[in-house]
Amino acid sequence: MPLAKRIIPCLDVQDGRVVKGISFAGLIDAGDAAGLAARYDAEGADELAFLDIAATREGRRTFTGLLSRVADRVFIPLTAGGGVTSADDAGRLLRAGADKVTVNTAAVSSPHLLSEIAERFGRQCVVLAVDAASRGPDRWEVFTHGGTRPTGLDAVEWAARAAALGAGEILLTSIDQDGRQGGYDLRLTRVVAEAVGVPVIASGGAGSPSDVVSVLGAGGADAALLASLLHFRQATIAQLKTAMAAAGLPVRPEPRLGTGGAVV
Amino acid sequence: MASRVAVVDYGRGNVHSVIKALLYLGARAELVGAPEMLERFDEAVVPGVGAFADAMARLDRTGMAGALRSFAASQRPLLGICLGMQVLLSTGREGGVTPGLDIIPGTVEPLPGGDRKLPHIGFNSVRWDRPSALGRGIPSETHFYFVHSYAAFCADQRDRLGSTEYGLLFAAAIERGNVLGTQFHPEKSGQAGLALLANFVAMGG
Repeated sequence: MPLAKRIIPCLDVQDGRVVKGISFAGLIDAGDAAGLAARYDAEGADELAFLDIAATREGRRTFTGLLSRVADRVFIPLTAGGGVTSADDAGRLLRAGADKVTVNTAAVSSPHLLSEIAERFGRQCVVLAVDAASRGPDRWEVFTHGGTRPTGLDAVEWAARAAALGAGEILLTSIDQDGRQGGYDLRLTRVVAEAVGVPVIASGGAGSPSDVVSVLGAGGADAALLASLLHFRQATIAQLKTAMAAAGLPVRPEPRLGTGGAVV
Repeated sequence: MASRVAVVDYGRGNVHSVIKALLYLGARAELVGAPEMLERFDEAVVPGVGAFADAMARLDRTGMAGALRSFAASQRPLLGICLGMQVLLSTGREGGVTPGLDIIPGTVEPLPGGDRKLPHIGFNSVRWDRPSALGRGIPSETHFYFVHSYAAFCADQRDRLGSTEYGLLFAAAIERGNVLGTQFHPEKSGQAGLALLANFVAMGG
């Protein structure tokens, strides 16, 4: 049996609440972060991602506290990011309970940060987040600062270079598709997945279970990141996994634990 | 009385998530860095992330290697997780040949990779090679969470408790008497992982 394709609910967190917008703007409240994390764990998420979108120091502390509380009760891999500018920042999130850390803007200005974190904590915990927007046929540009600042970098080249520097996974978000629920950017995902030797997590645009199937199948992604579709209860994780299994994709089913064992 | 479980801290483990999972299950889990403290516990867990040679150097330097061999000889349950399982074997072949704790005969070798991505990261299924107290209530082919580039191979196939395929078949779980190991991370494998850890905690009486 090959590795299961992963479903990763993504929680953008501001002051302990989950928020979600369209193409990174117009945020609306989607619920209590710890409560949503527990719900997705119970519903069969394979991993959870937390993105700290607070701008203040106080907000950062709230985020770390939230992460720690979730890690006390949720026993699947946790990825955290937002505002990571140093290996110490990464260490702070890992100590709070994250298993992996995403780096975005800071890696563009200081690519060696990826190597530094990989050397200190292992490359398995370094996730490069790439926010990309289409710039013509098979051309995508990397944006930083929450999708607001163009960098001139080619997204495919940047992802490949980052993997060589120490990124263990690429979290690839299509700015054009984000929050619009019109489907993932399959072409972008496939081109990046073919260019890098590490797993690619596709993000931005899931509007239905068939979108998820497409990006994990034709798109070549190893995992699908989802927000709106799950936050607003338009689909359940079970529905996504049923669609994936029906399409022949490897999934992690809910374990059928026996009553004879010490089951919690 | 809840079982007292030592989580061995030698500076190379993902100790926090292991402790959190054991506490969640009601065990009295504590981090233990001093080898002489180990004998006070009913059970011990050796976590680990990183390189085989570096981990063995730290275990030797701190005196924890000897303490773990004594603990294993005392017949109390000992569980190695990921690299913590690999160091229970005789030899590691990761950047040269390094002697392990040699509690269970076997070697640790690089995964072949080929057209597969390395490390082997994610949920993969584990087939039980035989029934065990550790796997009680957990069906064969249940998915567990893996993160590794090297894999364990037992010299005596009877020590292999479960196996997983990723380019080749390797030992996903091992057991010889009171000494156990999982290549996967039960503390990151959701309900199935918690069930396995609960089985381990229950072995402490």
